[in-house]
Amino acid sequence: MKKHTIVALVQDRPGVLSRVVGLIRRRGYNIESLAVGHSEAAGISRLTIVIEWHDVEQVVKQLYRLIDVVKVSDVTEDQTVEREMALLKIHAPAAKRPEIVALTDVFDAKIVDVGTSTMVIEMTGSPSKVQNLIDVVRPYGIKEMMRTGRIAMVRGARGHGADDVLEGAGQAAVPSAALN
Amino acid sequence: MSEKRTGAQIMCEVLIRNGVDVMFGIPGGAIMPFYYAMWEYRDQLRHVLCRHEQGGGHAAEGYARATGKIGVCIGTSGPGATNLVTAIADAMMDSTPLLAITGQVGSHVLGKDAFQETDITGITMPITKHNYLVKRVEDIAYTMSEAIHVATTGRPGPVLIDITKDAMVAATVPTWEFAFDLPGYKPTYQGNRRQVREAIRLLTQARKPLVMAGNGVIMAGASDDLREFAERTRIPVITTLHGIGSFPEDHPLSIGMPGMHGWVHVNRAIQECDVLLNIGGRFDDRVTGKASTFAPNARIIHVDIDPSEIGKNVRVAVPIVGDARLVLRDLLAELPDRDALGSLHSAASDWMEHIREMQDRHQQKQQYLVRPDGMLLPPHDVYRGLTAALNSRGNYRVCTDVGQHQMWAAQLIDWHRPRTHITSGGAGTMGFAVPAALGVAIAHPGDTVWAVCGDGGFQMTNQEMATVVQEGIRNIKIAIINNGYLGMVRQWQELFENKRYSGTPLSGPNFAMLAAAYGWKGLTIERSEDVAAAIDEAYDTDGPVLIDFRVEREVNVFPMVPQNKSIGEMIYE
Ligand SMILES: Cc1ncc(C[n+]2csc(CCOP(=O)(O)OP(=O)(O)O)c2C)c(N)n1
Ligand SMILES: [Mg+2]
Repeated sequence: MKKHTIVALVQDRPGVLSRVVGLIRRRGYNIESLAVGHSEAAGISRLTIVIEWHDVEQVVKQLYRLIDVVKVSDVTEDQTVEREMALLKIHAPAAKRPEIVALTDVFDAKIVDVGTSTMVIEMTGSPSKVQNLIDVVRPYGIKEMMRTGRIAMVRGARGHGADDVLEGAGQAAVPSAALN
Repeated sequence: MSEKRTGAQIMCEVLIRNGVDVMFGIPGGAIMPFYYAMWEYRDQLRHVLCRHEQGGGHAAEGYARATGKIGVCIGTSGPGATNLVTAIADAMMDSTPLLAITGQVGSHVLGKDAFQETDITGITMPITKHNYLVKRVEDIAYTMSEAIHVATTGRPGPVLIDITKDAMVAATVPTWEFAFDLPGYKPTYQGNRRQVREAIRLLTQARKPLVMAGNGVIMAGASDDLREFAERTRIPVITTLHGIGSFPEDHPLSIGMPGMHGWVHVNRAIQECDVLLNIGGRFDDRVTGKASTFAPNARIIHVDIDPSEIGKNVRVAVPIVGDARLVLRDLLAELPDRDALGSLHSAASDWMEHIREMQDRHQQKQQYLVRPDGMLLPPHDVYRGLTAALNSRGNYRVCTDVGQHQMWAAQLIDWHRPRTHITSGGAGTMGFAVPAALGVAIAHPGDTVWAVCGDGGFQMTNQEMATVVQEGIRNIKIAIINNGYLGMVRQWQELFENKRYSGTPLSGPNFAMLAAAYGWKGLTIERSEDVAAAIDEAYDTDGPVLIDFRVEREVNVFPMVPQNKSIGEMIYE
């Protein structure tokens, strides 16, 4: 099954994350990662969800059923910038440190903490590059690892801006009674 | 109106401003402030005290389904709220506009396992269209108005609003000027015109076209437009379980119900048709049978207000997102004039002739017109008597429960008008009919409302008979199709599990005596000869009447498509 990257804009209301996660869970889709934070518009958050499923169009449509969800796009086939950050605490006795420092340099990663027998590496990059670094340092012994999950943004002018979709917000839909 | 109001008073005013005039519920600690306030508004807001919150929920659903207006039910925190869950789930499955109002413990003790605290917004998240927890009096007017807006627009559905007790008690000067802040909620009503034209192109070139009408036609009030469309195109019309009443069954273009217990000729027509226009139905698996084998020769045009329904269960050639009525009007507007429809008309008339031939071949057996030997009271004799009375007395609405009796009612009663057949379709909730009938009877005091129940489902919610009496409701009658079994399950056991009747034989009290204990008239009927007189007596009694029809115990609903089989593979006996 293919991995899909979905970007969603949601209203920043209580419970919105539970609604999104609950909807995906109860259809049996597996979330590989989910990152969420404020967007450029007040009251709107942006989510990046990575999901493995054969029919992502259905996931997108289902997400639209949630009242708090403003816009959803499957950006898997788009030109995107994708980034992930990882913090890795690795076993680093004095003798191994020069090697580790050299490796981190190669990956453009940073050493953000040095303890008596450990080092913490901060790595930001494309998800595959982050994975490469993890594979390379694994033999030293990873004591703790934290990954943020992927965040994605479509390149160029054709984007997914909150302002485009917020136009016309606050205007009431026609009640069905009025149509009868 | 610049006076201060308590949160509870504001709740009443929001309801009145939105045209609500009746609510079904049960009070308790956390919701008491609302009950205190509603006393002042009792001339405008009728409160119906139910005997169980599930009953209140189904009554509100019945009211909503019979009127198209929002139904309102109320429960206190904890068990009051959880008792509403079944009705909320039912409303979700059947797209019923429902507002569930629940009291919540004080905001200062939220999350501390306070007495009667339940996370009802968490519990109902997957079974509501949306839900809200309100903790501040200032938020009540806006949030509750938004809740009603969400429940009643787009694809309707249940919305729950959980309000803490302190927010109901606190006071504020309410503001009523607000625009809804719902950037993510913009239902599409108008169908895409290009798709509408494409639909017309397919339909006019079709040789074996069909229209399938679902709940969406009824909810959009589109029956007249459907009729005009059918008459101008002469395309045969199928009505799904929830589409029943959207198109009159005595119309020459009506061919009946599809699906698991649909008619053979209807299912065969679906399997043969070349273009299928589904308006406001969601291709439920009870309609499609094994979905991959459904309508193999058809190009499907699907009109639905909910984009997520399109392409969910079956492949669709022409998707049209929109309101059934507006889309039907566009279809009518795009239809070529009569001369240009000549070839469609002649194809449709050959096709109809073929369908009627299939119907004639199976009619006798299907409609139970042949009376089996040795049965004192076959269930279909009850339906025959009931149908005759409904037709001659007029102005009827029928709520059915879930099981064999429900399918017989859908098959055998003559349905003509929208919002007269009210049943639990999507969720299949036993116990729906009696409380739903209570809601329908209140909505339409001039109609006679029948609850047609099984002996099993009746025993799940019959306590609402007391509510009927307390409320002085007189236009309600109950027919129990009493077969001494959880009949539909027994049927499956008979057909697919070697007659291992595990957990299905069922006893009950003497239902007529139970009715009398509630202050109803109760009748017991055991022979076909007595059916008509009993129904007449029910009609001629000014007040609630229950008839216990003790029918032959082991009769099956046919035709039937076994689960997961193609609808082409129907069994008869
Ligand atoms: C609340 C609930 N529990 C269980 C079922 C499963 N079920 C479906 S039909 C049926 C039998 C209903 O029996 P009865 O009410 O006597 O109706 P009959 O089929 O005999 O007409 C049952 C148990 C259900 N639909 N709803
Ligand atoms: Mg029964």
